[in-house]
Amino acid sequence: MTGATEKMTGARAFIECLSKEDVEVMFGYPGGVLLPIYDALYDADVRHILVRHEQAAAHAADGYARATGKTGVCLATSGPGATNLVTGIATAYMDSVPMVAFTGQVPSSMLGNDAFQEADITGITLPITKHNYLVPSADELPRIIKEAFHIASTGRQGPVLVDMPKDVTTDELDFSYPEKVDLRGYKPTFKGNPLQIKKAAEEISKSTNPVIYAGGGIISSNASSELLAFAEKIMAPVTTTLTGIGAFPGGHPLSLGMLGMHGTKYANYAVQECDLLIAVGARFDDRVTGKIESFAPNARIMHIDIDPAEVSKNVRVDMPIVGDAKEVLANLTKHARQCKSENWIKKVGEWKAKYPLHYVNSDEFIKPQYIIEQIHEACEDAIIVTEVGQHQMWAAQYFSFKEPRTFITSGGLGTMGYGFPAAMGAKVGRPDKVVFNIAGDGSFQMNSQELATVVENDIPVIVAVFNNGFLGMVRQWQELFFEHRYSYTCISGSVDFVKLAEAYGALGLRASKPSEVRPVIDEAIASGRPTVIDFIVEREENVSPMVPAGAAINEILDLEIKS
Amino acid sequence: MRHTLAVLVENKSGVLTRVAGLFSRRGYNIDSLAVGVTEDLTISRMTIVVRGDDHVLEQVTKQLNKLIDVIRVTDLGADESVERELALIKVVADASNRSEIIQIVDIFRARIIDVAAKSMTIEVTGDEGKIMGIEQLLRPFGIKEMVRTGKVAMTRGIKSV
Repeated sequence: MTGATEKMTGARAFIECLSKEDVEVMFGYPGGVLLPIYDALYDADVRHILVRHEQAAAHAADGYARATGKTGVCLATSGPGATNLVTGIATAYMDSVPMVAFTGQVPSSMLGNDAFQEADITGITLPITKHNYLVPSADELPRIIKEAFHIASTGRQGPVLVDMPKDVTTDELDFSYPEKVDLRGYKPTFKGNPLQIKKAAEEISKSTNPVIYAGGGIISSNASSELLAFAEKIMAPVTTTLTGIGAFPGGHPLSLGMLGMHGTKYANYAVQECDLLIAVGARFDDRVTGKIESFAPNARIMHIDIDPAEVSKNVRVDMPIVGDAKEVLANLTKHARQCKSENWIKKVGEWKAKYPLHYVNSDEFIKPQYIIEQIHEACEDAIIVTEVGQHQMWAAQYFSFKEPRTFITSGGLGTMGYGFPAAMGAKVGRPDKVVFNIAGDGSFQMNSQELATVVENDIPVIVAVFNNGFLGMVRQWQELFFEHRYSYTCISGSVDFVKLAEAYGALGLRASKPSEVRPVIDEAIASGRPTVIDFIVEREENVSPMVPAGAAINEILDLEIKS
Repeated sequence: MRHTLAVLVENKSGVLTRVAGLFSRRGYNIDSLAVGVTEDLTISRMTIVVRGDDHVLEQVTKQLNKLIDVIRVTDLGADESVERELALIKVVADASNRSEIIQIVDIFRARIIDVAAKSMTIEVTGDEGKIMGIEQLLRPFGIKEMVRTGKVAMTRGIKSV
């Protein structure tokens, strides 16, 4: 601790800490025990956006963090406020998103008494936070907030929760903000082991069929340009995970697109036939590997990750390098030589030509893939946020992303209802960007109440509802694996999305045939208003290609249907 | 395969929950766990006996290390460390069999810490085998109650964890 101290309440100190952490915006919802904090917020400089449901506050903080790279902040009251954050915190945890969630708590003297609006939120969030705190006294608040931001934003990033009993916010303390964090149990490894890096470089030069498998870690560590330089130097094709989309330019000749369950055939074939798989910032999720025993059967596996616990968790790793992707890739590029991969690149090119992503377009019905292509054509620099389901996969497949932080999606947890509030957070963080939320009619209804928030705060996101009247991804599985028995997946006619938008004061548009698709997209972008577009799409379109759960990733189904 | 881990943690509330929660949610089995403060009052030491192959051990160690409150994790190999457990055993005893029990206690170098008209309480310290041994011999007399600490362990020689 340095500098002079000043006497103030915990609530004031809370605001001071946020300002020291350069927090420009927080998403929150008030409540009984938060009254002192909200009173301090009344004339504070930090921007506070009032959501309509606490879950949206967490998702918005997450979307903000993914779009900007800064730590997202949300705030909720004790009890139900805190438990409503849980899904958002779990979403951020699974995708390693830096976030600090603040919750109010009943006064320390009442803790454990089942007081009004009491919930043991540190207990509840233990398995879904990187770390959490129940603040024992006002004196400790500045140190804890300092640590929370440090932990959330360094190493493998993730959410940290800080639970503040009411008396912590009303008691007085001598405020001074610590300059340094000293946690003897937390020392992430940033620099890769130089010996390992040299060995890895040698191994790379011996490979003839290399593939780079890049994940969200590239984006977290801002390592996209290092990845590009590395891939071009060693001449290896690059496939990305769902959360790694944008880490490598989609139009690049070495790009293979996404791998895994709904990945491109050529990415999956390349992984299955490569002799060296270089995983960077990825964690061998089951949606990527399929049947784990048959994954990349001929490959030596190199794994670069900042989290040592990911190494050899799911697959045996031959060459681990623990460290920050940016740092390790830059170093590896220095030492590595080009692989003798000419024939391999040619072969992969042949696969790309022979098995492109494709769908059968129609003049009569709107194909969801066509909408994605049209949005890309209308605004290729847009930030695309998604909900979870078929539309999410189509967005991942058919929008060619050039830059990191332009594709924002709940990958690990697969949270329906994530997209709209996350899009709101992304737009707040990047007001210069056009932000689309690609949604299903099911997902959008999980957080559509936030239309009130975007209208009130003039956050002009565009929600593109792919309205097929089904919970489409579950329906697809019922069609394929449950003999077309569409048990509780038909939701047709449940809501008029244009009227819903208008009820909140947003712009509502609809497209029912292919010729109307582009005009409504252009109108939405030109309007500069929060907009909901109701796209009436082909009802039983399937996401293709598809690797059934539990199959090897080269056992691929073609599922396109003709109109 | 059983492994004994020495885990140094911050001596503050909630740490035990974090460690125990990690084991249960990742499906690792704890055979025994003992916690106590160390020579440094800000640090507690847990001795955890975990069952699993080398892959499980590696994962347990790495996952423990990820907890912010965990300072260090050390695998104590069986050959290079000393291990002890303590048990209190309350046995049904009266004048007719008291001396027989005392003989067993002497052989095991255990101690009698309470004697009453109808019972005796015995304290025994040792490795797991010794405690199981005395338990087996006392069982015929009738064990009323038994309590065991988890195992604690330390490396041999000057080296510390």
